[in-house]
Amino acid sequence: MGGFKPLGGKIITKPFLVLAAFALFAGILIIKRFIFGIGAVSNMSDGYPWGIWIAYDVVVGTAFACGGYAMALLIYVFNKKTYYPLIRAAILASMFGYTLAGVSIFFDVGRYWQAYNLILPWYAQLNSVMFEVALCVTTYIMVLWIEFTPAFLERWNKEKVLKVLKKVLFAFIAIGVLLPTMHQSSLGLLIYIAGQKVSPLWQTDFIPLLFLISSITMGYAIVVFESIISSLGFRRPMETPLLSKLSAIIPKLILLYLVFRFGDLLWRGQLGAILRLDIKSFMFIIENILYIAPMVILFRPVNRERPRMLFIGAVLMLLAGAVYRFNAFLIGFDPGPGWHYFPSFSETMITLGIIALEVLLYLVVVKTLPVLPDVKHA
Amino acid sequence: MKEHEAEVRKKLGGISRRDFLRYCTVMAAGMGLPLGMGAKIAEAITNPKRPPVIWLSFQECTGCVESLLRSTHPTLEHLLLDLISLDYSETLSVAAGHQVEAAKQKSIQENKGKFILVVDGSVPTKEGGIYCKIGGKTALEILNETYPHAAAVIAMGSCSSWGGIPAAGPNPTGAKGITELVKGKPVVTIPGCPPNPYNLLSTVIHFLTLKKLPELDEKGRPTFAYSRVIHENCERRPHFDAGRFAIQYGDENHRKGYCLYKLGCKGPETFNNCSTLQFGDTGAGTWPVGAGHPCFGCSEKGVGFSTPLHTLARLHTVTPPSTYPRIHEEKGGGATVLGAAVVAGVAGAAIGAGATLAKRLGEHERDAEKKEEHPRKKEK
Amino acid sequence: MDMKRRDFLKGVAYGGLLLAADVPSALAARAPKALPPEAVGFLYDATLCIGCKACVAACKQYNNMPPEHSTTDNIYDNPLDLSGKTLNIIKLYTHGAGVEKDKENGFSYVKRQCMHCIDPSCVSACPVSALTKDPKTGIVSYNKDACIGCRYCQVACPYNIPKFEWDEPFPQIRKCQLCSHRLKEGKYAACCEFCPTGASLYGKVTDLQAEARRRLTLRPGDEYEFPVAHINSDQKSLRAVEQYYPYLYGEKDGGGTQILMLAGVPFDKLGMPKLSEVSDAARSEGLQHTIYKGMIAPVALLGGLLYAVYRNTKKDE
Repeated sequence: MGGFKPLGGKIITKPFLVLAAFALFAGILIIKRFIFGIGAVSNMSDGYPWGIWIAYDVVVGTAFACGGYAMALLIYVFNKKTYYPLIRAAILASMFGYTLAGVSIFFDVGRYWQAYNLILPWYAQLNSVMFEVALCVTTYIMVLWIEFTPAFLERWNKEKVLKVLKKVLFAFIAIGVLLPTMHQSSLGLLIYIAGQKVSPLWQTDFIPLLFLISSITMGYAIVVFESIISSLGFRRPMETPLLSKLSAIIPKLILLYLVFRFGDLLWRGQLGAILRLDIKSFMFIIENILYIAPMVILFRPVNRERPRMLFIGAVLMLLAGAVYRFNAFLIGFDPGPGWHYFPSFSETMITLGIIALEVLLYLVVVKTLPVLPDVKHA
Repeated sequence: MKEHEAEVRKKLGGISRRDFLRYCTVMAAGMGLPLGMGAKIAEAITNPKRPPVIWLSFQECTGCVESLLRSTHPTLEHLLLDLISLDYSETLSVAAGHQVEAAKQKSIQENKGKFILVVDGSVPTKEGGIYCKIGGKTALEILNETYPHAAAVIAMGSCSSWGGIPAAGPNPTGAKGITELVKGKPVVTIPGCPPNPYNLLSTVIHFLTLKKLPELDEKGRPTFAYSRVIHENCERRPHFDAGRFAIQYGDENHRKGYCLYKLGCKGPETFNNCSTLQFGDTGAGTWPVGAGHPCFGCSEKGVGFSTPLHTLARLHTVTPPSTYPRIHEEKGGGATVLGAAVVAGVAGAAIGAGATLAKRLGEHERDAEKKEEHPRKKEK
Repeated sequence: MDMKRRDFLKGVAYGGLLLAADVPSALAARAPKALPPEAVGFLYDATLCIGCKACVAACKQYNNMPPEHSTTDNIYDNPLDLSGKTLNIIKLYTHGAGVEKDKENGFSYVKRQCMHCIDPSCVSACPVSALTKDPKTGIVSYNKDACIGCRYCQVACPYNIPKFEWDEPFPQIRKCQLCSHRLKEGKYAACCEFCPTGASLYGKVTDLQAEARRRLTLRPGDEYEFPVAHINSDQKSLRAVEQYYPYLYGEKDGGGTQILMLAGVPFDKLGMPKLSEVSDAARSEGLQHTIYKGMIAPVALLGGLLYAVYRNTKKDE
């Protein structure tokens, strides 16, 4: 099994500074939010109580961060060790993705200083989907940090601790597969209680299953995406053979997803809603074209051998999952006539800042810690 | 029976028993007292021993006394000759000079703890109070030697209640209301410039009848008169609620009798009963707002003589106007140019970056095919 | 693919377990919640409402809520909708010339506030029990000490009732709590107490349901003694019955509500959502508990995962 090695190289580069500037600006806006309230920076309202901070940072963001989950599922549960070189980068991205989703939630909730109420047993509300999601995501963030700990330990040569950790790590890996299975499906269930406020194109009893399948699919897509970007960005060799094998899973999962998606619409007699040609049906069509396209592309083995098609397929799949989530939480969510929502400048800048911070941290960590596979071994 | 009637008539200074009882009942109603109180009031004020009253005037304009002179039930002569024994008043006493000062001293000595002290006008306190002297004594000295012996102290008018005009900035004499100077005794304040005489008369008669002061608020004002803001019972209130306002004196809206709020009416922050009792018995609609002028808050400390006449009043109670929101109102933040630009920019940048990367990957593939090498070695 | 047959079969088995945990095998909603027998609420009869907004003013006063201005003169408390400052509002429906009261082609008032659902979505949604339904009175109330401000209640409520203080650094959720603080003093909802016509009529929900059904049987033009303020009050207002739209809103809608509504105009015109008789809370909890089966499914899954991961990592060493 191949080892991992820090990339090395300069940390403060041009991209680093640009990303830092975005993150800093977002930081200033977040301070504004804490002083003047959420309304001062966001366009959220009583009709649209959840904006892009939840729809993107949490619902889409954690799905983008499903690489670690999808790879762990493949490597440790289905025992496909060939993919092992991809695991650490995937877990790192998941770790930052989830951690920053957690940070986003912290400034999104109004009464953040009482957030610890979630873990006080006398306040627990077991019927709440939010309760399940919140606890599950919080635990998973901790599990991800533990799963990533070997990288730190290797870097600072803590052999003894590493040995001990490796003995128990399997338990954390198992929990690390269980938790996303639970909360990625529950994330979909979150919007279920909104009932008739969500368009029938997205409101379905199958929403947890659809969210779960698409999150795993997005997990594989993000691993392909990150690997290609890393190879290009850090001028490393492509991991094409590995990626083409991995990406063979994607079209199968998409097909499974689409069978449930359209089967459900057919069963509920809501296929007609697709052709209503309003904004919702328009977004539904975009969403599903985005699903079908990567499926078609990646079904052909020839395409899977070509980094370009792999990249396009992965990006389309990520967009598909992202649009699906956006649609379910924002476009398909309609609190009634008169209500409007479009993210404000500050709101978008905060989300961009969070993404920038995520990329920035990723860059720093792959340069300083053993995350990417050692090329000689590969 | 006839004989009795005549006797009562004589006692009442010539008015009929019926008129008198009606007066007492009106008085009781004015103070919010039960109807049966009328008889009790009659008994109290036909008592042969008329209650002594000492009326001190300091820095004042005599407006308060003038307003009292214009009350019609009871008439002034009836009040002075039959109801109370006004032992001292600079304006109304027949005697003058040392003679009247001596009479005052005598009355104080004789009626220690029994007389009612009424004060109008403020008391100057700067430089030992030299700005107002009567019979060689400063107002402060007169007040201090009188009030400890009074059964009740009543401040008549805004000046004696909280300073009024003399205390308005820059207040050169250091004028103060007697509430700040009288210690250890409750002071009933009847603010107003001038106050409605019936607010004073009702207080006096309440005291005579029940031997105690009426219920007072924290500023010493009888609650029967000062518990509601003028705005609450204003005759122009429907116009306020409907959003109809006079904008300028003499404009169309002003002539139609619309609400004077926007002309600076202080009715919404002035506690008084002008809008229910009106003023001075001169007929319907005779009070400032009735005459088309906004209330200027003469009786309210911090409003009258201290805020500009035409500034908008602060509203104590905010009530809904008679317009209604629609079933579905437009709410929530729509797209702004900046917000949309950022989102469009992000989308554009992402598409651009994606396309560039895909293109680079395409080149990469072609290179790989050309060299027919293992792609991994080529990169290095 | 260098996958062994054994591994493949194992994979299929685990995969099946994963999916089984998720496929809603029985999509049965949780059993509907019943109305507490002593539950209180009120009946809003739009045909009696004169739009005086005494209820709006009283609500503000007795709940210590600040005025809300929607015009530039800042004179009036004239909110356009419920908000963090307004818990109760009278809205106006007009159509056409808007002359005849309580006619679809005319106008009608409607009072909006928390409906105090029998099976409230907000209570089901709240992760920290900040929103609770009183087991006796059925009043849905809010505890700011528990609330984390996640606003899931707002997402969940079919009537968009819970409101958030967007411009406060330390915000709260605000909603009508049926004057439960006045209930303790032996009084009842201020909006009903100050309603001059009996349009908002406070009482026990079962009594109100009976009263509302009785009104629906009356013929337009009949004289009827409408109780004022409280269903048990002696004060009655004798007047002719208007033409009711034959529907009692809140009897079954969304699993039923403790606020009942009668009107002369169809309720969707008055902005009331069309809800199924099964509450969203019952559906959501049904689906959630089907998936998790009281945490048995996740625990079983974890057992399988632990075994698989242990075996698969062991082999490498």
